[in-house]
Amino acid sequence: MNLQIRHEETNGVHYLTLAGEVDAYTAPKLKEMLVPLTEVKNTQIVIDLANIDYMDSTGLGIFVGALKSTKKNDGTLKLRGMTERVKRLFEITGLTEVMDIDNEVKGEAR
Amino acid sequence: MSNKASDFIEMTVPAKTDYVGVVRLTISGIANRMGFAFDEIEDIKIAVSEACTNVVNHAYTELEKGQIRVGCGVYDNRLEIMVVDHGKSFDYDDVNQSLGPVEGKSVEQLNEGGLGLFLIESLMDKVEISGEAGVIVMMTKYLHRDEVEENVDRTSPAPTQ
Repeated sequence: MNLQIRHEETNGVHYLTLAGEVDAYTAPKLKEMLVPLTEVKNTQIVIDLANIDYMDSTGLGIFVGALKSTKKNDGTLKLRGMTERVKRLFEITGLTEVMDIDNEVKGEAR
Repeated sequence: MSNKASDFIEMTVPAKTDYVGVVRLTISGIANRMGFAFDEIEDIKIAVSEACTNVVNHAYTELEKGQIRVGCGVYDNRLEIMVVDHGKSFDYDDVNQSLGPVEGKSVEQLNEGGLGLFLIESLMDKVEISGEAGVIVMMTKYLHRDEVEENVDRTSPAPTQ
């Protein structure tokens, strides 16, 4: 029951790789890492969700907040690598319409 | 036959985020034992967590040291989960109006909260919310075990070792 966050910066793009659970308990940790990044002007953030085992509306709320904040600061926020479960949450809530989501697996040439 | 719970499980945990995952894992174990499919168990886990998170975030003031009470009725054909608090209640109709998918809203109009109850209603088969002193969320997920068993019988019997 925990959340691991890896943060890397390559060519000015911030990559956050998450693993574990995003719920009310782990949310503050994610917010603490993500919110300051979204408040930088013109920042580009890519969040990888491939290793998220569990997520609920607390996680959705954080990404909505982060999206608003990046837009306000002329940045971008992209989510990628969602599992079917996580993808379903975004679909049910209609967030696929507003978020920049890229679930193509890199290197899988088909 | 299915109007009396064959088993009832109850637990009370402090209304803190620390324990939401504990409740989630317990309910997941019960649903697993009942024979729910993987996706259904995941749905139940989210719904229960949402209900508990609502209690943590909204039911009590910081000084109150409130509790979340979770009751679980195990029936032949369904799992009933009740999440109860003794904090302040809310006007369900009011809240319900502000719920829903984000259809047609711009990014600026999106609300960071409010998706929890909507998810509970989407993921469970039946949801009832009531309460005057506190809030009671009663949610039900039906087992579709019978159909599965029929299919299994029709194809091949389980191999015996």
